[in-house]
Amino acid sequence: MRKAPRTSPEPVAQIKERRDAALAALIAQVPMIAFMGIRFDRRGDELTAVLPFADKLIGNPALPALHGGATATFLETAAIIELSFQMIWADVESGALAPAGMSMQGLPTLPKTIDFTVDYLRPGLPRDAYARARVNRSGRRYASVHVEAWQDHRDRLFAQATAHFLMPPQNAAE
Amino acid sequence: MTISPPPTLSEEDRLRIGRQLMSALPFSRALGMTIEEMGEGLAVISMPFNKALIGDPETGVIHGGAVSALMDTCGGAAVLAAENGPTGTATLDLRIDYMRPAEPGQRITARAVCYHMTRSVAFVRAEAWDSDPERPVAAATGAFTADRAGR
Repeated sequence: MRKAPRTSPEPVAQIKERRDAALAALIAQVPMIAFMGIRFDRRGDELTAVLPFADKLIGNPALPALHGGATATFLETAAIIELSFQMIWADVESGALAPAGMSMQGLPTLPKTIDFTVDYLRPGLPRDAYARARVNRSGRRYASVHVEAWQDHRDRLFAQATAHFLMPPQNAAE
Repeated sequence: MTISPPPTLSEEDRLRIGRQLMSALPFSRALGMTIEEMGEGLAVISMPFNKALIGDPETGVIHGGAVSALMDTCGGAAVLAAENGPTGTATLDLRIDYMRPAEPGQRITARAVCYHMTRSVAFVRAEAWDSDPERPVAAATGAFTADRAGR
């Protein structure tokens, strides 16, 4: 028989509330995310960025297709939020970053984009788009992130991107 | 975007192509882009500062995606303005280097040059700056499709 843990595990609803509050606070501080109408779905620590289709996102009215710049903005946003969410994850789990403190002050500085390379694989259709970012390397100063975006079919990507980021200085007092 | 430029373009033709392109692109319009100059395989397009486009709340710096959209639009316009250019184009890839943050409140201007054109591909270099063209905020290189009638 295993010994019972000394403290009972935190109720799942409480953990979820804290994770969702942290994610919401992270997103709410960036005006461009609201301008684009980008949302994030979360399952555990896995994030999926969602870009609901809107007429203003069109770049080729003849097809019609999403503007390459709209797609790039979506991918870059997915990458930055993924990276930032990973940065705060430990503090959210430990409770060090609590919902009450989740104003802009409690959140870390966002990583800065050094470079961004986007690969347009096929036209973005006038449909909702989804993106997931994978942090391939996250060091103290630099991070490299790959992002994939798709629409109706998960394995038919319409765009992918690789980006490098300059990480914000870590708080030495932590 | 598909338009039909005559084989040899005049100054006026190029400006018309630029304006036509701009009015046809809802996302470029939503970001407030304006054509500043068109030349042979050259386009200069600017975008006003807009608080709604901020990507870094701490510094008030515009989101990289907005700069990317400006570079992309400008690159496409340069391709369409090239001599023996295609009737339509789409971005194949675009790499942007963010050299320094754009000054909050400043208009951003991009200048793209289509430096090489094959039958099916156009190669573009672009730069963007806020107040001083000598101090760019970003540089980009991209490959665009060259869509021609009959293939």
